[in-house]
Amino acid sequence: MTALTDLTVHQALEALAQGQVSSLDLTRACLAQIERLEPVLHAFITLTPERALAQAEAADARRAAARHHPDEPLPPLLGLPIAVKDILALEGVRCTCGSRILETFVPPYTATAVQRLLDAGVVVVGKTNTDEFAMGSSTENSAYGPTRNPWDTERVPGGSSGGSAAAVAARMVPAALGTDTGGSVRQPASFCGVSGIKPTYGRVSRYGLVAYGSSLDTAGAFARNVADVALLFHLMAGHDPLDSTTLDVPVPPIELPAEPDLRGLRVGVPREYFIGGLQPEVEQAVRQAIAVLEALGASVHEVSLPHTEYALPVYYLIAPAEASANLARYDGVRYGLRVESDALWEMFRRTRGQGFGAEVKRRIMLGTYALSAGYYEAYYGQAQKVRTLIKRDFEVAFEQVDVIAAPVAPTTAFRLGEHTEDPLAMYLEDVFTLPTNLAGVPGLAFPVGLDGRGLPIGMQLMGPHFREEVLFRVAHAYQQVTDWHLRKPPLL
Amino acid sequence: MEYEPVIGLEVHAELQTRSKMFCACPVVDATQAEPNTAVCPVCAGMPGVLPVINQRAVEYALRVALALECEIATHSLFARKNYFYPDLPKGYQISQYEYPLAQHGRLPIFTSAGERAVRIRRVHLEEDTGKLTHVTTPEGETYSLVDLNRAGVPLLEIVSEPDLFSVEEVRAYAMALRTLLRYLGVNSGDMEKGVIRFEANVSVRPKGSSELGTRVEIKNLNSFRALERAVAYEIERQSRLLSQGQPIEQETLGWDEANARTYSQRSKEEAHDYRYFPEPDLPPLVVETAWIDEIRAGLPELPHARRQRFIQTYGLSPTDASLLVGERAVAEYYETAVKAAPHLPPRMIANWVLGELFAWMNESGESIEQLKAGPEALVELLEYLQSGEINQTTAKAVLLEMLQSGGRAAAIINSRGLRQVSDAEALRALVAQVLAENPAEVQSYLRGKETLAHWFFGQVMRAVGGKANPQVLRAELERQLAELKARQTS
Repeated sequence: MTALTDLTVHQALEALAQGQVSSLDLTRACLAQIERLEPVLHAFITLTPERALAQAEAADARRAAARHHPDEPLPPLLGLPIAVKDILALEGVRCTCGSRILETFVPPYTATAVQRLLDAGVVVVGKTNTDEFAMGSSTENSAYGPTRNPWDTERVPGGSSGGSAAAVAARMVPAALGTDTGGSVRQPASFCGVSGIKPTYGRVSRYGLVAYGSSLDTAGAFARNVADVALLFHLMAGHDPLDSTTLDVPVPPIELPAEPDLRGLRVGVPREYFIGGLQPEVEQAVRQAIAVLEALGASVHEVSLPHTEYALPVYYLIAPAEASANLARYDGVRYGLRVESDALWEMFRRTRGQGFGAEVKRRIMLGTYALSAGYYEAYYGQAQKVRTLIKRDFEVAFEQVDVIAAPVAPTTAFRLGEHTEDPLAMYLEDVFTLPTNLAGVPGLAFPVGLDGRGLPIGMQLMGPHFREEVLFRVAHAYQQVTDWHLRKPPLL
Repeated sequence: MEYEPVIGLEVHAELQTRSKMFCACPVVDATQAEPNTAVCPVCAGMPGVLPVINQRAVEYALRVALALECEIATHSLFARKNYFYPDLPKGYQISQYEYPLAQHGRLPIFTSAGERAVRIRRVHLEEDTGKLTHVTTPEGETYSLVDLNRAGVPLLEIVSEPDLFSVEEVRAYAMALRTLLRYLGVNSGDMEKGVIRFEANVSVRPKGSSELGTRVEIKNLNSFRALERAVAYEIERQSRLLSQGQPIEQETLGWDEANARTYSQRSKEEAHDYRYFPEPDLPPLVVETAWIDEIRAGLPELPHARRQRFIQTYGLSPTDASLLVGERAVAEYYETAVKAAPHLPPRMIANWVLGELFAWMNESGESIEQLKAGPEALVELLEYLQSGEINQTTAKAVLLEMLQSGGRAAAIINSRGLRQVSDAEALRALVAQVLAENPAEVQSYLRGKETLAHWFFGQVMRAVGGKANPQVLRAELERQLAELKARQTS
């Protein structure tokens, strides 16, 4: 029999339903795996073992009680252990956002995305590591130390949701939640060889997701295959009265056909994503994966997203501008860190000076500048106009094709410290993931190969607004005929 | 040279909805509630929470905008106004900036010069800040306390064009706006609770000039008195500077109530850069035309329309009409009274409301709704007066008792035997008796001391306990005295 930690979400739920395992067994197995690997990987900022075991016990009790009432449906994820990125609030558990300024902050509320999964029965084992306030592409910007990649512990897991991606790859949990503002789910999924969804903006509530770039932030999920991701996504999605930017559109159940058949599907390949700087092995793996889709019946078409090259500057104006306002609330007055001083402004300065890390300060300054009187039109205003063009690129492309396939990142996982001295090189990690956030369209990342060093390579599928189910169907077909998603990091 | 002031007002009015602008916290009386008892993660600016627009606040804002005859924007936008202050939990205020809810309105004002419309530039929605209390301990230590009960209360900002040219007009505009807000049921008008606050933009220019002078902005004026005094002070200060050939600094001023003077808070160079940008957490505010129409149709009769109607229908003077419509409840009291007694002159009823009732309310602190004598009770009393059954003095005494005890006029008049003697027969005998009992005075009268007629009048009144109908009595007395005179000459 497979180890409990090797069970996928679907397998674990099946085993629970059959009474082959208890939630307590699963949760204990997760906690044991975490205990074994956490010293090496540091995927978590806060672990909640007591809470998790109590939830697991309650889930088992509920399942036992239900045997006498077979007609009453049980919550779909009852007893499933998961991890949650420490950007999403969970009532009663501190939410640091990877920052010193929130080291002691315990939210009295739960993020809607998390709450919906709690309502579906999940057990939360802990809060995972992240770049401070989700600003970064390597999880090195965490005030609590970096997370390491299970495939090579000298390398980064990607970021900012590196803790969640590493935890899923290392079989610490079968699934985890992340957030994606410019690639923070897809790029770590790619680096860690797992599957991850960045939903359409407005599809999953942002309530309780600590804001970085409000018009770009999305809550997503990781698992070891796309069918598992689809299940979590479906339960998280939908209109939330607490988030006015969620749309009241139906969330259809995601039907994943038993037979892989992509006949009639039109796959677009954007020429702007296959450029200089792309690691040859990445290009090769992605092109092979596209060939697999073609072999399953899809037609492949070259498309153009002509404004792709502007996504990086546009993103680094809009996201920091919004961040400069979103992070103004951390002033030491009401909660979190306060560095005392006799004078109010000195207290503000010291609290923020000591509470924030370098990257956060860099982006606050960048954003403040972009919004300043006299510069607003040239920077923020101009960026918004170009953002509209980038969105239009996708609309035009989706008149021709159903999905767009592209690499997630130009390279596989890089070494710790490789980009920390050069913010621009770090920013370039996100060139392929930023456009979807700017356009608000969904993106799904999943493994399509390993490079010469044995590091995972990811591909992303992008689709029209609110058409996540198409992405899941295509990627599921791919995973039915390939086994990249079944590969395990050598560490295990 | 003579100078003329040009003034524009920004009025901040809290909208007294049940819950706050962007969360479900109740709107509480900031002067009564325990600090920080109406606070939640949203209005405390905790991480990851999001605003949700209060529909009722939008409805209230539309009521005001429509009453001000504004053009309503079917699509308006919220923005973030960024600045650091301990009473601002998010580090930004959600407000409307480039695309306000309503623009280009007008409000009629009435001054000694007559009626005139003041143009309204814009009406927009925003959220209030918290409140800081600065404390100094006996040991001299200072600190500030933050109360977030008020943070997030819906606030309407109403900005006039620079259309006011005197302190009198400023006052008339501010009062008219307060009356309007109260009519619309969106604001209590309790100035002492800070539910309406003013900011005045003041400049002066040589009289007759059409150019605008350099303006200053006076912030945080929380009473009519402060508004008027601060504006008057600034007009005086700026006129003096200009007449001395000195320039006016463009700056933001505060008002020092204790020393009755303005003081500089920020110069133009130190002005805040609020770095406004569209609020990404809120979609555009869309108001359907059908909803606007529904709200427009539901508006009550507005103060200026009612004032016109009172003047035309009831023949009231403009001043009396203004006083009566100043408060919706007073106007309604008055009109109920008029309708309950169609044969009483409306002006008579107005006199009693504005005279006796206002005096009583001033003294007792009661509002018109709290009076023990309602409009029907008042006109019952006035009918006795009108028919001559009681006189003016008695009527005032009876009204006082009605207001104190809640009794009705008929019961009080009957139980005290206050009914006036109007019966000419009865008075004839009384007059004859008084004249017969005072022969010396009659002789003096007949010798030419005619002022004694008043004395005889008083004697008869005293004999009937003041209840004689004075007109009837006077006529009878004059008749009998004339008869005596005639007899003497013959």
